[in-house]
Amino acid sequence: MLVAIFVGGFLGAIARAGMGEWLPHDPGTWPWATFAVNVVGAFLLGYFTTRLQERLPLSSYRRPLLGTGFCGALTTFSTMQVELLGMLDDGRTGLAAGYAAASIAVGFLAVLVATNLVRRTRVRA
Amino acid sequence: MSPAVVLAIGAIGGVGAIARFLLDGAVSSRLGRRFPFGTLAVNLSGSFVLGFLVGAALSERAYDVLGTGLIGAFTTFSTWALESHRLGEDGQLRLGALNFAVSLVLGVLVAWAGRELGAAL
Repeated sequence: MLVAIFVGGFLGAIARAGMGEWLPHDPGTWPWATFAVNVVGAFLLGYFTTRLQERLPLSSYRRPLLGTGFCGALTTFSTMQVELLGMLDDGRTGLAAGYAAASIAVGFLAVLVATNLVRRTRVRA
Repeated sequence: MSPAVVLAIGAIGGVGAIARFLLDGAVSSRLGRRFPFGTLAVNLSGSFVLGFLVGAALSERAYDVLGTGLIGAFTTFSTWALESHRLGEDGQLRLGALNFAVSLVLGVLVAWAGRELGAAL
């Protein structure tokens, strides 16, 4: 199981770093890279977790690999906090509030949509 | 980012994910699973350390590996969102909202404290 978490974490961390390279972030602007990986990761985790718990037969490696490993490492909480801190340093309180609120609202919505998407799909015999 | 740094980010990111799994499990088994204390402990400790790394003004490469790789993978946004959503589904809407608010406020606070400490050392 730890190997599955490691492999998922390996891929998730590289995907997040790649996104950071692709969409570099200037302090004082909207952190698109972090926002994107967090929302996509929340959607995928909602999808995988619901499917694995409610649709697929028990598996010993899928959840550690896809959920704990990949989605956990693809998304990041700490970077978001440091970005918020930087915005507050610059006196950009409105941007910080907007970024925090949007991350939470869209992240929550992503989990909700993914969960309902899985549940709406008919269970095949 | 050189291929060696990318591989290092992946490898240490894998270690960060395992560390998250272990700390989450240890905290949850002690404090119970009615509230996601495990993820809270992971995210707050990680935010403190990432703040520390920022304050310590590491080289770009060291920050890429330790900050982006290790701490970035250790902390998690997706689990935070999922657990808040599931609390709401279980009729604990207030606890779900509380999980969002407490993590966010304390997260910025500990990141700031970590950065102050890193800059002072």
